Amino acid sequence: MPRTLAARRTRHRLAADAGLLAVAAAFALPLLWVVLSALDRHADLRVKAPDGLTLDNFDAVLNADVTFTPLLNSLILCGGATLLTVGCAALAAYPLSRFRSRLNRPFLLTILFATSLPITAIMVPVYALFVQVNLIDTRQGTILFFAASQLPFAIWLMKNFMDGVPKELEEAAWTDGASSLQSLVRIVLPLMGPGVAVVTVFSFVVMWGNFFVPFMLLLSPDQMPAAVSINEFFGNRGMVAYGQLAAFSVVYSTPVILLYVLVARRLGGGFALGGAVKG
Amino acid sequence: MTAASHAGPGVAPAAPDPGPPEPAPRPRPRPLRRALTRALPVTPALVVLLLFLAGPIAYCAYLAFTDLQLTGQAHSSFVGFANFRRAFQDERFLNAVWLTLVFTVLSSLVGQNTLGLALAALMRRASKPVRTLTGGVVITAWVLPEVVAGFLLYAFFRREGTLNALLDQLHLPSQNWLFTLPILAVSFANVWRGTAFSMLVYSAALGEIPKEITEAAEVDGASGWRRMWHITLPMIRRSIGTNLMLNTLQTLSVFGLIWVMTRGGPGGRSQTLPLFMYEQAFQNSLIGYGTAVALLLLLVGSLFSVVYLRLLRTEV
Repeated sequence: MPRTLAARRTRHRLAADAGLLAVAAAFALPLLWVVLSALDRHADLRVKAPDGLTLDNFDAVLNADVTFTPLLNSLILCGGATLLTVGCAALAAYPLSRFRSRLNRPFLLTILFATSLPITAIMVPVYALFVQVNLIDTRQGTILFFAASQLPFAIWLMKNFMDGVPKELEEAAWTDGASSLQSLVRIVLPLMGPGVAVVTVFSFVVMWGNFFVPFMLLLSPDQMPAAVSINEFFGNRGMVAYGQLAAFSVVYSTPVILLYVLVARRLGGGFALGGAVKG
Repeated sequence: MTAASHAGPGVAPAAPDPGPPEPAPRPRPRPLRRALTRALPVTPALVVLLLFLAGPIAYCAYLAFTDLQLTGQAHSSFVGFANFRRAFQDERFLNAVWLTLVFTVLSSLVGQNTLGLALAALMRRASKPVRTLTGGVVITAWVLPEVVAGFLLYAFFRREGTLNALLDQLHLPSQNWLFTLPILAVSFANVWRGTAFSMLVYSAALGEIPKEITEAAEVDGASGWRRMWHITLPMIRRSIGTNLMLNTLQTLSVFGLIWVMTRGGPGGRSQTLPLFMYEQAFQNSLIGYGTAVALLLLLVGSLFSVVYLRLLRTEV
């Protein structure tokens, strides 16, 4: 019966292709809208071929007020918080991965528990707390909270990646009298480059897209990151310029898409998720 | 891979010695001091977590029992369970609970989870270019910033948007989706945005099923559905559990997406708990009441989180 089996396989493949293409088309429609509208002089809310390609929308938004300041704010907030997160996570993961202790298990379980808490729920008390301690509307406050919210997952990921680095090299370094910190910085981290890249990119991408945290913790417009300032397009400017909104969305989204592609390429497909979800 | 496997081979579990023998023969400091030195690198993370995560959670548990308001009040006082009693008599709160339930079941349990599994299963049979294209589109929707995703789907569901344009072309009745069925629109938006995660999880899980098993069933003539139901699903049930928990937790805390699309309206008809909490705390200036709602949300989240940990524990 091998021929019928082969025929059935081909039929299945065609059916699967058709099903996937249908889903892909549905998912692609909103993405098409943003790309086409960004290039369209008379953009509205539906997907349509632009009447004449133009870069006017980009011209209109690419200035300090609308785009560059918010993007720079995003970069400062997310970059600062990512550095803090990755630094703290690498340090914390080292003893968890390298030394046995009775505290490891409870600590890791608490960390894992914290990764899945709905951070949205604590934003109201965080706001109230930040008002009390004068951290409201400050960059450092927002950076610290961002780092705290991302740290549990970062520690968990980092520890799993570190477990994959063999211990032998460090043991040689220890005999030569290297301290823990030295062997972490000189031996372990360089060996787990891809792992560090994943944690860094993942933290950055999550924070770059986060709306609620800066929306709650920052007040003055000149400190707002792109995630919040994008709402200005709907503000009191009367008619919404959909073409400009689309152009801004493209500019704001491009960095994270590129970062994702960069990491996914190097690690293949579902990168960190396998390790993250299955522990 | 967690701490469960820490008692590695060759270590007698009965040994009361707090630390394992060092590999290199060097002078051993006292155990306690050594333990402290070793734990030192954890300190920065611990300080940040205690101050900015554990602190707010504790503060949340305290505020929920006070009548703190945003303005014009010198002192807040302890009011016991008043905020919670108020919540359960508040029709708008109950409405938000109901909508959160609808939103979670529709978008996470039914939508993201099922569609993600279907995509992963189809991808195993499809040809490579189709697989790559679909994966790329679905993952792009996931990587986009939340607010951008909100705008894209706002445009899609608006009266003059793409969905109605399509329906017009097919001569089907169009309507103002964000007004008539706002909760359905935001649920679809969440499916659009979140399916990639399930797809990746299930792709990994399906990849681990040995080929011989499915092939044997195929040669025996078991139909696709029967193979799915009797062989594939039981083999990936742990991934299903983990994925459902993570999806649900993520969906419970969606704020930006709904905020951008409908602001919880019209008339609170897409107001899930996070939006209700925000409205009470900031538009109605009732920080204490808003925090009580937040605490309830946090408790539900913790419950799911504990179940998730249990699921993981059976796996590791």
